[in-house]
This record gives sequence, C-alpha cells and structure tokens, in this order.
Amino acid sequence: MGRVLAVIIWIITLLSVLLFVSGKWWFPAAISEHAPALDRQFLITIVVVGISFTAAQIGLGWMVWKYRDTGSKSDRATYSHGSNRLEVLWTVITAVVFITLGVMGQSVWASLRLHDAPAGSYTVEVVAQQFQWNFHYAGKDNKFGRTDPQLIDDSALNFVGLDAQDPAAADDSVTAALVIPVNRPVELRLRSKDVIHNFWVPQLRFKQDLVPGMEIKVHFTANKVGKYELACAELCGQLHFKMKSYMLVLPEADIQALQAMPQEQFQARVAELLNQHQLPSY
Amino acid sequence: MVTSTKKVTSKGIGSGGGFPGPNGKKPGGNGFHGGDRSKRKFSPATYRITMWVVLAAVLMMFAALSGVYVMSTEEQRQPIAMPAMFFVSTGLILVSSGTFHKAGRSLQQNRPRAYLRWLLATLGLGVAFLGSQLVGWRELARAGVYFTGHPRSTSFYLVTALHGAHLVGGIGLVLYLVIRRLRLGWLLHGEKNSTWHSVVGLYWHTMDG
Amino acid sequence: MSAETHEVHRHPAPTGFIRKYIFSIDHKVIGIQYIMLALAAVLVGMIMSLLMRLNLSWPGTSWPILETLFPTGAPGGVMTPEFYLSLVTMHGTIMVFFVLTTAPQGGFGNYFLPIQIGAEDMAFPYLNMLSFWVTLVGFIVILLAIVVEGNASLGQAFAALGPSFTGGSGTVGPIGGWTGYAPLSALGKIAGPGQGAGMNLWVISIAIFCVGSLLGALNFITTLLNMRTKGMSLMRMPLTCWAWFTTAVLALLSFPVLLGGGILLLLDRIAGTSFFIPSGLYVSGLLSGSNPNFPLHTGGSPILWQHLFWFFGHPEVYIAILPGMGATSHILSTFARKPVFGYRAMVFAIFAIGLLGFFVWGHHMFISGMSPYSAIAFSVLTLSIGVPSAVKTFNWLGTLWGARIRFTTAMLFALGFVSLFVAGGITGLILGQSSLDLAMHDTYIVTAHFHLVMGVASIFGMFAALYFWFPKMFGRFMNEGLGRIHFWLTFIGVYTIFVPMHIMGIVGMPRRYASFTEYRFLDSLHPLVVLVTVAAIITISAQLLFYFNVFWSIFKGKKAGDNPWEATTLEWTTTTPPPHDNFAGVLPTVYHGPYEFAVPGAPNDYVMQNDAEADVSSGNGHNGHKH
Ligand code: HEA
Ligand code: HEA
Ligand code: CUA
Ligand SMILES: [Cu+2]
Repeated sequence: MGRVLAVIIWIITLLSVLLFVSGKWWFPAAISEHAPALDRQFLITIVVVGISFTAAQIGLGWMVWKYRDTGSKSDRATYSHGSNRLEVLWTVITAVVFITLGVMGQSVWASLRLHDAPAGSYTVEVVAQQFQWNFHYAGKDNKFGRTDPQLIDDSALNFVGLDAQDPAAADDSVTAALVIPVNRPVELRLRSKDVIHNFWVPQLRFKQDLVPGMEIKVHFTANKVGKYELACAELCGQLHFKMKSYMLVLPEADIQALQAMPQEQFQARVAELLNQHQLPSY
Repeated sequence: MVTSTKKVTSKGIGSGGGFPGPNGKKPGGNGFHGGDRSKRKFSPATYRITMWVVLAAVLMMFAALSGVYVMSTEEQRQPIAMPAMFFVSTGLILVSSGTFHKAGRSLQQNRPRAYLRWLLATLGLGVAFLGSQLVGWRELARAGVYFTGHPRSTSFYLVTALHGAHLVGGIGLVLYLVIRRLRLGWLLHGEKNSTWHSVVGLYWHTMDG
Repeated sequence: MSAETHEVHRHPAPTGFIRKYIFSIDHKVIGIQYIMLALAAVLVGMIMSLLMRLNLSWPGTSWPILETLFPTGAPGGVMTPEFYLSLVTMHGTIMVFFVLTTAPQGGFGNYFLPIQIGAEDMAFPYLNMLSFWVTLVGFIVILLAIVVEGNASLGQAFAALGPSFTGGSGTVGPIGGWTGYAPLSALGKIAGPGQGAGMNLWVISIAIFCVGSLLGALNFITTLLNMRTKGMSLMRMPLTCWAWFTTAVLALLSFPVLLGGGILLLLDRIAGTSFFIPSGLYVSGLLSGSNPNFPLHTGGSPILWQHLFWFFGHPEVYIAILPGMGATSHILSTFARKPVFGYRAMVFAIFAIGLLGFFVWGHHMFISGMSPYSAIAFSVLTLSIGVPSAVKTFNWLGTLWGARIRFTTAMLFALGFVSLFVAGGITGLILGQSSLDLAMHDTYIVTAHFHLVMGVASIFGMFAALYFWFPKMFGRFMNEGLGRIHFWLTFIGVYTIFVPMHIMGIVGMPRRYASFTEYRFLDSLHPLVVLVTVAAIITISAQLLFYFNVFWSIFKGKKAGDNPWEATTLEWTTTTPPPHDNFAGVLPTVYHGPYEFAVPGAPNDYVMQNDAEADVSSGNGHNGHKH
C-alpha cells in the first residue's frame, strides 16, 4: 500500500507540474507597462511554490514508501519527540523565503497604486451598471460635463446622468466600448450606478472594483495597439457573465481625431474601429 | 488497573518541558480541578470563564457595529445633537456601578440587609436607565434623527438598543441575585454566592463601560 | 483500581428514545447529530456542484429531470443563468457553514473533546443541545430558500411577510455568492432574480447559524479550560484538543462580527436603513427615493460589508481547517506508531495561525477600493501566515520519518490531507501578493486554491476522522476494502478536478460565470472545462460508496474492541461505545503525554495516557531527538 500511494503521489505531482510547464495554456500576451514585472513576479513565485510543492510531495511519497510497516514485530519506529534545531531551521528558512516573496510582491502594486496618475494622462470616466459598461470622454475641452444621479435616464440613453445644461458637457461623448491611447498613461475614474462590478482586461493584468457611492481613480499604461475583451469580474447579478465590452488601444492620432468629434460621430467611429480591429489570436 | 508499588515516573514526557501543567513527582492537577469530582457540582471557575467568554463575544459584536461610524460615507444631513437625556442616563448607569460595588462590599462583610438594599438600588437605577434611554430616543426623533436615516443615526439607535437589550439581561441577573438573597436570607455567605455575585458584577460593570 | 482515581456517583443514562437520541444532552449523541447534519448537507452541496459542472461544460443542454423539478429555473430543462448563480451561492454557503463548520468541530469535537480530556460531558450539556438545534434550524431555513425561490406559489405565500419576501424567481436560493456582497444583497427585489425571499432567508439562516456556533464555542472553551481530568495538563492534551480549542476561540471572536453584519444587512433589506447602500443609486431603471419599491438611501458603505464579512470570513476558513489539522496529527502519529514530531511547535503553530488569521482579512479585498497602503500591510501579513502552516507540514513529515506506517483507510486520508493541504496552501502565497492579485482575483485560480485547501483537505481531515473514530462511536469498523476504493477514487479525482482550475485562472477565467461562451479568450479552455466535469462526476459518484459504507457499517460492520488501533489517548481507554458518562463513573488519571508510541523498553509499542505502570522517562530527554 505504501508503495502504491508513493507512486500515485509522484504521478500526480509530475502531471500537475507538466500541466503548468506545458505552455499550452498561460497568460494571454501582456499589453501594459506594468505587466512584464507582474509576470516576472508570478514566475518567480510559481517557481518557488512549485519547488515547495514538488519537494513536499516527493518527500511525502518517500516517507510512505520507506517507512511502511513491514510486519516484523520486533522492529519499532524511531522514538523521537522532535528536534528543536530542525524546528528553528525550517521556521527561519520558510520565514525568510515567504516574507521575501511578500515584500517583492508589493513592487508592482506600489508602482501602480501608491501615487496619482501622472500629469497628461488620458482620463475616462467609467460608469458600470447591471449589465453594461458606459465610458464617458471629456471631449476637446478636456473637461467632463457635470453628472448627477438624478439625471440618469436609461430609457433616454442618458446612462451616466450627464447634465445637458452644463457647457462642459456639450462636447462629451459616452460609448459602450473603452477607447484609450497607446503608450500614454490612462486614468480611469470608476463609478457604479447600482452594485459592485469589476473592470478586468486579462491582457492588462489589471483589475479594480467599481463600487457604488465611490469614485475610484486608477491608472495604467497600455503599450500595444489592438482590441481586447473587457469583462466584469465581480458578481453583479443574473447576467454577470455577459457584462462584456471591448477595450480599444489606438495610436495617439486616432485618439486626437476621436476627441474632436461630437458624440454621434464619435460613437460611429468607435463602432467602425471595433470592426476593423481583430481580437488577438488565443 | 492494579495499584503498584513502583514509583510513577512521567518526567519530561510528551512534549517535554514544563509549560503550564505540572510534571514530575505527582501525576495530578491541572491548575483547575477537572479530576476532582467532589467539586464538580459547583465550580466557580466554570462560571467565571463563561462570563469572560460571553463578554468577549458581546464586545466583538459592538466593535462590528462601531465599524459603521468609521466606514459610512457622505456627510450626515442631520448631525446627531446628543439629547440631554443621554447624559442623565450615563450618570444613572455609572452610579449603578457604584451601588453594585457597594453591594459586593456588604456581602463580604456579611451584612445581608445592606446587601439587599444596594442590590435593589442597582436594580432601580438599571430600570431608570432604560426609561431615560427611551425618552432620549423620543428627543432624538423629534430633532429629526430617524432610524432609517443616515447609517450613523441608525447605528446610534441600534447600539443603544443593543446595549439596552443587554442591560435587560443584566437586570435579570441582578434580579436573580435578589431572589437568591431573599431565599437564602442570612445564610448568604459562601463561595457559591460570592461567585454568583462576582460573575454578575463582571457583566454589569462591562455593560456600564 | 488506581489510587488516584476518584469514585463518583454515576449519572443515570436517559432511557426514553426521545431523550436518548433526539433531544439528548449527551455530547456523544449531539456529536453524531452534527455529523449526520453534515452528511445531509454535503449531499445537497455535492448535487449542486454536479449541476454547476454540467451547466459549465455543456451549456444549453436540456436535462429533462430539471424541467420537472424546477419549471421556472430550468425551462425546457436548460439551466438559466440565475439558476446557475443561485446554485453557486447555495453550494458555497452550505459547504462552508453547514458542512465544514459543523462536523469537524460540533461533530468530532463534541464527541471526542470531553473524552480526550477525561471529562464526563461538556460543561453545559443543555447549551450543547441547544447549539445543535439552533444550527439545525439554520439549515432548515436555508433549505427553505430553495423551495421558496424555486416555487412560484410558495414564493407568493411568503410575500405575506412583506414585499421583500416575495420569492418564486425560479432560482434555488439567493444570488450573491457565499460572500453576499452588498449592495447586491442589500437592495432587494429590484436588483434582479434571487434577491427577494431567498436572500432574506439566507441572511436569517446565517444569523441563526452564528448564534448556534457561538453557543458551541462557549461550551468548548469552558470545558477545555476547566474540566480536564487529573494529570491532563495542557501540554499533555492530544493535538486534536488544541485544534478544537483554538477553533472555538476563533469562532467566539469572529461569529459575533458576522452576526452584527447580518443584522445590519437584514435591516437594510426589510427596514429601509442604509448601512451598506450609498445615496444616488439607480437600479433597474429606478432612482433611489423615486419609488416606493426603492426607498431613499444615504450614506452607506458597500465596503463595510466586506470588512465585516471577511473579518469573520478569514478566521472562518481556519475554523474549517484547524480541526482537520488536529485530526491529521493525531492519526498520523497513531498509524506511524511514532510520537508526534515537535508537539510543542505544533501547538505554537496552531496558535500562530489562529492569531495571524485575525489580521489578514484584507487579502480578500485588495482590489475592493480600500486604501492601497493597508493592502500592503495585509499582504505581507498574509505571506507570513504561511510560516506556521509550513512548520506544521514539516512536522507531519517529521512524524513519518523513521515510522512504521500502518496503511489503514484513516491513515490514507490523513496522508491525503497533508498532500492536499500543501497543494492548496502554496497557491495562497500567490494570491496573497497584492501585485499578483491584480491578475488573480476572482478567477478560477482562487476557486482552485480554496477547493484544494478547504473543499478537499479539510474534508479529507473529516474522512480520516470518521474512518478512525467510527469503531469507537458505533462499535463497528467501517469496511476497509470499500474505504480504500473510496480513498483512491477521491484522491485522484479531486486532484483532477482542481489542478486544471489553476490553469483556467492563469488564463483569466472569471468565477461565478454562468457560461464561458461569451468570451473568445476562454475558448481554448473548453477541453479542460470538460475534463474537470468528467472528473467531478466520477468523484461525486465515488461518494456513494462512502455513504453506503457508513450506513452499512453502523449495522453490519465488523465488531470493534475498546482499542482497535492500539492508540494511546483516553477515548481508547473506555469501552466501545463509551458509556453515558464516558468512563463509567471513574475518571481516568493521566500520567503521560498523548503520543507515546515506540517507547524503548515498554512491553507494547504504545503507552496509554493513563498507564500508571509504564516508565517513559528513560531514553527520552526533553524535546531532544534520540534515534
Ligand atoms: C480551509 C480554508 C483555507 C485555508 C487554510 C486557506 C489558506 C490560505 N489562503 Fe485562502 N481562501 C479560502 C480558504 C482557505 N485559505 C477561501 C474559501 C477563499 C475564497 C473566498 C471567496 O472569495 O469565495 C480563499 C481566498 C484567498 C485569498 C483571496 C484571493 C482573492 O479572492 O483574490 C487569498 C489571498 O491572499 C488567500 C490566501 C491564503 C493563504 C496565504 C493561506 C495560507 O494559510 C496557506 C498556508 C499554507 C502553506 C503556505 C502551505 C505550507 C506548506 C509548504 C510551504 C510546504 C513546504 C514543504 C517543503 C518545501 C518540503 N486565500
Ligand atoms: C467545503 C467546501 C466545498 C466543497 C467540498 C466543494 C466541492 C465541490 N465544488 Fe465547490 N465551492 C465552495 C466550497 C466547496 N466546494 C465554495 C465556498 C465556492 C464559492 C461559492 C461562491 O462563489 O460564492 C465553491 C464554488 C465552486 C465552483 C465555482 C462556481 C463558480 O464560480 O461559478 C465550482 C465549479 O466547478 C465548484 C465545484 C465543486 C465540485 C465539483 C465539488 C465536488 O463536489 C468535489 C467532490 C466532493 C467531495 C470530495 C466531498 C465529499 C465529502 C463528503 C462526502 C463529506 C464527508 C462528511 C463527513 C466525513 C462527515 N465549486
Ligand atoms: Cu458586472 Cu459582474
Ligand atoms: Cu483569507
């Protein structure tokens, strides 16, 4: 029995490791500035924990193989209550390894979250609702028109509650897809009208909840032109799985052109661009 | 098992070392008196431990509610102006702590009459406290602070209500002391009574805090 | 009769059927009741997981039986998204609360803690009975959520309780996940299907459950501190007792917070308060305050709910696993025929895990919008909680080193626990890094993590405990042959189910999706999704063997003696099954530590804790190793 168990544990370990190193399934190719550092940290971590996993499983298998009861009556187990030296040794080693990992694991976070968006960022207001994304752009005046929940009227397509009286609102546009420039910091101001949603683009390696009652400002820089799927990653109700949109990363020139357009034209152009761009092949 | 003459040695067994429990010479005792069955009938420690444990749970719950104060968003349209009545109730409850303490002293000095008097005073103060809280609520509502308003208003009601509910429990416990006193009369002195008194006291003083 | 034991009068055992088996105050009967409750609950949870898997791998397929059972939830036999999401919610809730917070602690702990410390019962037997019945009421209330939401006419009947109690939305309960994030869970019917009666009943059930668990925790703590028998010093307690005790402390300090949160949530739902609901919400075409169905709310904080929930939730996951760790240590030592390696380190590790467990709840909330600075603090603390966990792992391996392992089914499951705990625990080190959580949060790697460590490691702890203690509880062995088949199928099965889920998470597959067909980046994962489902079907079927084994063995199993495993602790010193007051009126006196196996010079390879004759002092220094 001991030998069977050992072999099964080893086979499971081997197959698990193979699944990870096979490379058939992995992160989609990254498109943001912070992503390579995050992917590297992930790789370091998974190698460390992978080694711990493998070592522990091999060790476990070895113990059950070697120390199975062979049935001889005279032969007893080793009488030992432990070893303080070993306890100290492995406590210190794991503490050093785990805490080092923990500290390293803060760097991408700190670079992304501990300061405001740099000056000159491209700003978009994101307003999520069950089960739809709304992206609000400031237009050429670079000023967002006033919004007010009292003015929201989904049936009149005023999804974000834009105040038509406000002069700054005149050139604003609201679309259902996110359009951002490449290689320029993007600031998102995230809000929600109803329940918690989550902004998730796998290629960005970036997630953030949109919490009703709060405006959460986050920023990142995308560095590859293209069209990417945008998903909601926080349970928001019945059609959570369908709360989908796209993120278009465009050359700066396209963005400038869009920004100069009035809303209808803006929306039509975005629809056109969405059709032109292909999703990455997965 | 047969009684043997061989000396029992159990030094440094198991985990070794001498962390709390005894080791070496005698096999018995664990600081409490688990094995000693004669005392199983009444164990003061049982009640004391239990009361501490209950209080820990109650405090955690109040801590959770105080989270509302920290986390609630936006300005309160109607900041809570503390009605004067609440200062009165605070006074009442603090005094009741004192009277309860006095009762304990009387019990120690074996003066059952005084004990009863102080207990009744405590009881009266407790009930008066509840009454003053109700009046305080009415004042609050009149000032436009409603239960369904801003979370801070709601939690104000809620915390005071919860406190009141626990105080009702406390009043019940003091009432129990009074009943014991009436039933036992002069025979009050004894471990059981002082235990009961101190356990109830723990609760009462905490509810005052 | 040893001189140190004390004579006492025996408590007469109750004779009537009702007092003996139903409203019993005997901790042993209550323990078995808890285990039966868990066995019933896990069946519901497993069936739900089966349905979930079927829907995920073959969306749109018609399952005629579902149409009969749930005409609105599965029209034409095809599961609707809301039906799926309510399955997820109920699966998680039932598994976490009614399986993993009942059997390991209320079940095995109740039965064996008093016996292992040499007490005749719990400190407060009536309270003990009450905590079981309260918990059972909680379970009935959550089952009610299934029928009330699933059945339109019952749902209407419930509407009499108030508008927020309307049910019948065709689900099998609420939609909110086991975490019930507000404001989705707080808004009521307007937020969509599953937000009416089902959600109210869910909150009420959780609140009731909190009360039951608190009563239980109270009893455990007092009993352990105050009712240990003569000689049972703290450091002579079996590790199971340490685990149950720490679990009780965690429960005591965390359940009141959830209870508080639950009350607030319920008030938001039925009394129009705004603890978790900010102003200016616009839900389903209605503005807050513009309509009687949607009263005005101001000032609430959705994140407050998350703080309250996770302040409870993280300790809760250790509540789920600590008893399994205790049982594993106990069983490993017994069948390794070797003392536990580093008993003292094990005790400190249990404490460290319990203590640190109160300061890491924020790792569930990195991307919730809380302060990025606190995220860093939570993150580093989270990683450090891996240290005591690793220490335990090393000590388990140390226990096996130089052993003479007897491969009973209980031992196989205990070994499986070690393997699965490592596999699940190490991914915690990934999720715990705030940077990596940006990519990992709410994807299937989280699902993989907690299923390995909780959904199966903790469950393996229970399996091990049941196979191990069954002879003591029922006087008969479980069938070892069936037990082994059950072990092999389950062990291989759960790895096949949950390892591929890590890969899904890395690719980015979000949790709580009723279907993956909307997203192209998930298409390539389809073969894995199907593989997981097939493995789940096989694994779940294998559990039928287990259920059969349990109930068959109660009546027909091979008879067991008083100490069939040649173990050392006090439960094996009394008769099988133990008498009503556990030790037939004579409490044992303890002379030795709990795991004196292979003592050199002793006549047997095990020295029982109450053995006054044995001399284990020779050949053993303090903690020093000797081989
Ligand atoms: C029993 C339950 C249980 C246990 C024990 C744990 C243990 C841990 N968990 Fe887990 N966790 C859950 C249940 C559990 N978790 C659940 C249910 C969720 C999801 C909730 C939800 O959202 O629905 C969750 C989610 C969760 C998250 C949130 C993820 C997210 O939503 O984004 C995080 C993040 O930090 C985390 C971390 C950890 C860590 C660091 C541990 C650590 O305690 C792990 C420590 C263990 C080890 C580190 C292994 C030790 C062994 C070795 C290292 C071997 C070394 C040996 C050799 C080298 C020979 N868990
Ligand atoms: C104990 C906890 C537990 C257990 C055992 C399981 C068991 C299983 N779980 Fe579950 N699961 C959760 C806890 C658990 N789960 C939680 C908390 C969630 C999150 C919910 C949320 O998102 O809100 C979840 C979510 C979840 C999802 C994600 C849904 C989604 O996000 O869309 C999936 C998907 O496949 C899944 C599948 C399964 C499967 C196939 C099993 C299998 O059935 C595995 C086979 C079963 C066993 C091996 C157990 C057998 C046990 C016994 C027979 C008990 C023995 C009893 C005694 C000895 C007394 N579970
Ligand atoms: Cu929006 Cu999920
Ligand atoms: Cu956690």
